[in-house]
Amino acid sequence: MERNPMRRQLQVMRKSLFDQGYLDEQFVQLEELQDDANPNFVEEVVTLYFRDSARLILNIEQALERKPFDFNKLDGYMHQFKGSSSSIGAKRVKAESTLFREYCKSGNGEGCMRTFQQLKKEYATLRKKLEAYFQVARQAGPMETACRPK
Amino acid sequence: MAVRRAEEMGGYGHSDFETEEVHVLAVDDSLVDRKVIERLLKNTSCKVTAVDSGRRALQFLGLDDDKEANGFNGLKVGLIITDYSMPRMTGYELLKSSVFREIPVVIMSSENIITRIDRCLEEGAEDFIVKPVKLSDVKRIIDYMTADFVGGGRRVINKRKLRDDSGDRSSLSPPYTIISIFIVNTGFSHQTSQNGKL
Repeated sequence: MERNPMRRQLQVMRKSLFDQGYLDEQFVQLEELQDDANPNFVEEVVTLYFRDSARLILNIEQALERKPFDFNKLDGYMHQFKGSSSSIGAKRVKAESTLFREYCKSGNGEGCMRTFQQLKKEYATLRKKLEAYFQVARQAGPMETACRPK
Repeated sequence: MAVRRAEEMGGYGHSDFETEEVHVLAVDDSLVDRKVIERLLKNTSCKVTAVDSGRRALQFLGLDDDKEANGFNGLKVGLIITDYSMPRMTGYELLKSSVFREIPVVIMSSENIITRIDRCLEEGAEDFIVKPVKLSDVKRIIDYMTADFVGGGRRVINKRKLRDDSGDRSSLSPPYTIISIFIVNTGFSHQTSQNGKL
């Protein structure tokens, strides 16, 4: 049980991110790679992810403005986006990416657009939540160990 | 870097023996994945060079073809781990390149497609990891790449080199059983699986 109130808050935030399905096991993998030599590894990777994936979101947005849809191109962008989302454990965003790709494969433009709107919402929510999380993490100092969500 | 001759070890084949530290060349066009794989490998005590394309990997290794090591105080690349889906040159194309005969190659892919996995393994890939890559995946590969064997010392297994040296492809199929044979002989308990992933 964490005595430090900031660390307690951090644990609560962390648990909520897992319980609500925003993050999956892969996030824990990243946490396990964090150590004294690399104390901010998780935040670095997540920051890199949001910076890098913003470009892909833009590409997809622009591609969805051109009719008829180039489903191959869209699928290509989403494949990349899904990949990095998966690598940081972004569970909900990954699920929307999968759905988007399925609509691409079946040539369903409506489905793509709908799913993309949903994806952007999840992406924005995740970004906000993780920013808040890391803000507290920086104040709280290092946690003892990465623990697996129940 | 200590290198012992095969003969000294009682005829285990043609491979060179290297110390625990492996220089791994990681190839992935994704910035995020490169950062993660680099940390995963460093966490397993590997030296890592990460590049963003097959072309850059070839360039890097091209500087290495002289038996003179590149970077890390003379530590030659002992393993290549590459993403499958990359623009211009896929991981599979990289694997097929004859330049890599001397170096074992592991393929990573976010897509768990049996035909893709089989094709890579048949072409001589050491293993196939389904992304996202976990620490256990990397540990498993580094462990069996540098397995202990009876008589002491460590060896780096290179399946394609063994196959080429034996001159007979058919005797070594399916490719991934080679690893289990060596592991069994060393007394390790180890599973191999049909799709290259435990």
